[in-house]
Amino acid sequence: MNLGLFIPELCLASFAIAVILLDLIVQRKGYLVLVSLVGLLVSAGFTIAMWGDGPEAILGDMLAVDSFALFFKLLFLGIAALVILSSVDYASKMERFQGEFYALILLSSLGMMLMAATTDLIAIYIALDLASISLYILVGFLKDAKSTESSLKYLLLGAVSSAVLLYGMAMVFGVTGKTQVADIATALQSMSISGILDNPALLVGIVFLIGGFGFKIAAIPFHMWVPDVYEGAPTPITAYLSVGSKAAGFAVILRVFYSAFGMPEWLSLNWGAVFAVLAAIGMTVGNITALPQTNIKRMLGYSSIAQAGYLMVGLATMGMAPAGNLLGQSSILFFLAGYALANLGAFSAIIAISNKIDSDLIQDYSGMIKRAPWLALALSLCLISLIGMPPAAGFMAKFYVFSGAVQHGLLWLIIIAVINSVISAYYYLRVVKVMWFGEPSSEEKVPSSAALKLVLFLSCLGVLLLGIIPGYVMKLAETAANMFRF
Amino acid sequence: MSVGLEHYLVLSAVLFSIGLYGALAKKNAVVILMCIEIMLNAVNIAMVAFSRYIVPTVLTGQIFAIFIIVVAAAEAAVGLAIVISIYRNRETIESTDIDLMKW
Repeated sequence: MNLGLFIPELCLASFAIAVILLDLIVQRKGYLVLVSLVGLLVSAGFTIAMWGDGPEAILGDMLAVDSFALFFKLLFLGIAALVILSSVDYASKMERFQGEFYALILLSSLGMMLMAATTDLIAIYIALDLASISLYILVGFLKDAKSTESSLKYLLLGAVSSAVLLYGMAMVFGVTGKTQVADIATALQSMSISGILDNPALLVGIVFLIGGFGFKIAAIPFHMWVPDVYEGAPTPITAYLSVGSKAAGFAVILRVFYSAFGMPEWLSLNWGAVFAVLAAIGMTVGNITALPQTNIKRMLGYSSIAQAGYLMVGLATMGMAPAGNLLGQSSILFFLAGYALANLGAFSAIIAISNKIDSDLIQDYSGMIKRAPWLALALSLCLISLIGMPPAAGFMAKFYVFSGAVQHGLLWLIIIAVINSVISAYYYLRVVKVMWFGEPSSEEKVPSSAALKLVLFLSCLGVLLLGIIPGYVMKLAETAANMFRF
Repeated sequence: MSVGLEHYLVLSAVLFSIGLYGALAKKNAVVILMCIEIMLNAVNIAMVAFSRYIVPTVLTGQIFAIFIIVVAAAEAAVGLAIVISIYRNRETIESTDIDLMKW
């Protein structure tokens, strides 16, 4: 076994512990941010150094080190870095526990990195709960009435969903006798169709797995926690939840469903159809319930349910053609990268604005273009990307996802998705309209700190680059998805 | 009558359903946490039973059950801490009263 391949994770874990210990010693808490960022950078450096090497398995075949895992690790490290930068202002107001705040962000990104890399059901569960438990605490970090309420809701529903997930894992383990995804696939291929159908434990198990993972990615009908938790959580953590936890859920689903249940073909067609239906309902419900929202964080919560629907179109494509071309898988990876940048940008603009006006209501954003021209411009660009309009990343992402689905005969799903994109334009553009054409309630400028400016600059730059020259990242995504070939 | 795999699986399914019912129907947050523990223990029974009858030579299911117990303890610790902090804010842990945010 080569422990050298485990260095990015070990590095992140030790930096997380170092941040907690440093918090006891140093007086100027700014150093904690610096140490966390250095930890993320070092870990990212080691990850990049491994890119391009062949796939390997470490720790008794529990963790895979392949381009798929490395792509997601880089994504999570980048997300965590942007979240930490955007929470500097927020956290500096806290009198205590700043070290724990940053350390928990690092630990949950460690859990997400492991989620993308694990190939064993036991390890998947551990990684998933490492990410979730850290997030439960972070959501309740403010300790006020709303924050604790959302944290309790998240914890109770999250714990029920992990119990459901475990029951599904037990069923799959019972049918195949294995917990390794590759061994499960081998065991399934040696069974006959009638053998599987006579003993429905496997199908029950797969449905339970969809339920358990569906909670993480905010899929319908496991989405009811999303708006409440997004509204109550500290805003940087909302941003983190909306991109990190969703991307990690998709990473696990991609690996488990493709590697373990990708063959035989009738099985993958069936779970592909389940994802197609969930996608269609998710998009519609998410977009329609987002329309009447007045709180911008809540609106983005419903919008993230809809975005999970668009992403599941990619999963449905994968189910329709597991061994065919990889557009389903690689377009999910590209979509996640573009969505992460746009959502982080939008949330950091919201952090800057609500720092000043102390409100998350859309009507209070009136005339923001006069009070903070750059913030309003950046927020508009990110919202346009979420709609999926050129020249932003969201357009190319939706283009890839939808064209993959059309190639595999999911035309009905794409028609629903396009109608939904039009509906979503209404509520995203309403915010833009209020900011550009509304009357400002006061002439006071809205300041933003250097860290927030940096986050906004990076995410807007990323959104534009992915939208104008998508080829480079798409090539990375294809390389990452390529490890899926049997 | 000899006790076989089916008996354990039925027990596990019944326990899981009781836990799920409690988690959905009970109002007290601590009772909901207890019901979640019942669900996790139902999973443990299924895991160990499968391991004993399907692959008796390896201990995968038992190991899985131990991991579940450990993580469930961590989850319960965090859960109770959150319940305490919600009690300090609101002086109630009835889930019907924790309703600041609704759609």
